[in-house]
Formats: sequence, C-alpha cells, structure tokens
Amino acid sequence: MTARFKAGDRVRTRAANPEGHTRLPRYLCDRRGTIETAHDVYPLPDERAKGVSLELCKKEMLYTVVFDGREVWGEQSAEPLSVSADLWDTYLHAEQPT
Amino acid sequence: MNDEHDHDHDHEGHGQSASMASRVAALVAKLEARGILTGAELDAAAESFLTSTQRAMGPALVARAWVDGAFRARLLTDANGALDELGIDMTHWAKVKLRAVENTDRVHNVIVCTLCSCYPVALLGPSPSWYKSLAYRSRVVREPRAVLAEFGVELDPSIDLRVWDSTADLRYVVIPRRPEGTNGAGEAELAALVTRDALIGTAVCRV
Repeated sequence: MTARFKAGDRVRTRAANPEGHTRLPRYLCDRRGTIETAHDVYPLPDERAKGVSLELCKKEMLYTVVFDGREVWGEQSAEPLSVSADLWDTYLHAEQPT
Repeated sequence: MNDEHDHDHDHEGHGQSASMASRVAALVAKLEARGILTGAELDAAAESFLTSTQRAMGPALVARAWVDGAFRARLLTDANGALDELGIDMTHWAKVKLRAVENTDRVHNVIVCTLCSCYPVALLGPSPSWYKSLAYRSRVVREPRAVLAEFGVELDPSIDLRVWDSTADLRYVVIPRRPEGTNGAGEAELAALVTRDALIGTAVCRV
C-alpha cells in the first residue's frame, strides 16, 4: 500500500463522532496539522473494535501528525506548544498548503 | 482493540476500583468455571508481567545514549534497532514499535495517552497511577507547562513543549537531558540519575 501523505503534507482531521470506537481523539477533530512521519500499515482499530478479525479488517497507513497548540486550543493558548498524535489514513483529509 | 495495547481500561478513573475488582472477580470465576484458565495460570501471568517489566531498562538506554553519540543517533532514528543492540526486548503481547524523543535546550517532550493508558510497559514497567488519571490525560495536552510545574519541573519560557499523544500502535520514551557536572561518570552511575518520570517527560534528571 502506498502512503497517501508524506512528511510535511498539510492535513485536516475529519470531523466525526462515530458511535463505535475510534482512535481519533475528539480534541483533535477537524483540526489542521502536518504529517511528521508516515509509519506503516496497521489494522484499523475502528473495525477491530467491532469484532472484525485481524485478517479481514481494513489495514491503513498510520501517520504521526503534529498540531500547533493554537490550532487545537485557540489563539489564547499562550505557550509554545505542539501536540502530536498517531492517526490512521481514514481520519485525515488533504489540506491545501497555507 | 489490538492486542499490543497496554490498556488497563481504567478509562475514567471515577473511583470505581471496588466495582472494577468485583467485575474482575466475576470474570475470573466464569473463566475458571468454564475451564478456560486456572487461578494458578492467572497468578503466573501476573507474576511474569510484574517481574519481566520491572527490568527498568529505560535508564540503561538513556545512559548509553548520553555516553555514545552514535548510539544516540541510532536510538532516535530506529529505537527498536537500538534496543536490540542492548538486548532489550520490547515485546509485550506483541512486538511494539518504539520511538525515542529527545529533550534539548530548545524542546521538552512529554508523553501521554489521552484515549486510555498506552505506555511502554516493557521498557518502563507498570505505569504510575497518575499517568492513567483523567486529570493528567486531559490537562497535559492543553497546559503542559502548568502540569509540569506541579511535578516540580520549571522550564525556561523559551523552551517549546512537545506533547506526544500515544493514540495508536507506537510507544514513546523521552531521552532526558544529561545533567551538568556528570562528565566522566560511568554508565551505571548515569543510569541511576534517570527516573521513570524523566522517561515520561514529567521530571528532569538531576545530580
């Protein structure tokens, strides 16, 4: 499987509130970030949590995505802060460079 | 969830330990009644978990990185390969990918798992209870400097904070800064300065 994104690409996380399990934290929903590392293909936990077997479940690229503190918490976030999370391809949209 | 996740599923920490204990007891009783496992097997598994993960290899890893620049570089680019060099087995339930992140005079790293309690158990041993607390998990991604101050860590305002939320299959470990005045110290002596909290990023190493 080829990676849809590479390091440095701008992405936006999806705005989603699925009924089942997901590993996209709500505080990082609909936020712009930058791909820091494209790792490898891992089983999608959203499917695994529904009982889909390791063999049959969707496997997707996993990325480390870095977010600026102000993007996550708003402009009043005073301290120089970045937060990163490891996110599956499904959680991400391509974002035009700013 | 994937087998390699280090969950303990104390998800909210609302003081449910009594009900959790009774739920665990009920589950164990069912498993024993159906012949799926015995109490002895359970004891052996718990014993193995606690003893095998108390090797506390994290400090040795950091001490080697402090004295050996080439090793440090390998640790930062391929942590699992560096672990193999030291004979450290990161396998927990499955082989886990580790990433080492380095504190410098410009960046301070902190590790959290906001969704549950993912933690490099095989490297650091069982996680401290505060790591699993809702307070730590919710606050450290939002106001890490204030949280660190409560841990007694006062960082220079010019230092950037980087928080790593372990949301997936990777585990993180912080390589703390080597304290001043440790020139000439041996690896064992240096390793003794490296605390568990320093490897999470909620402490700094001091002489």
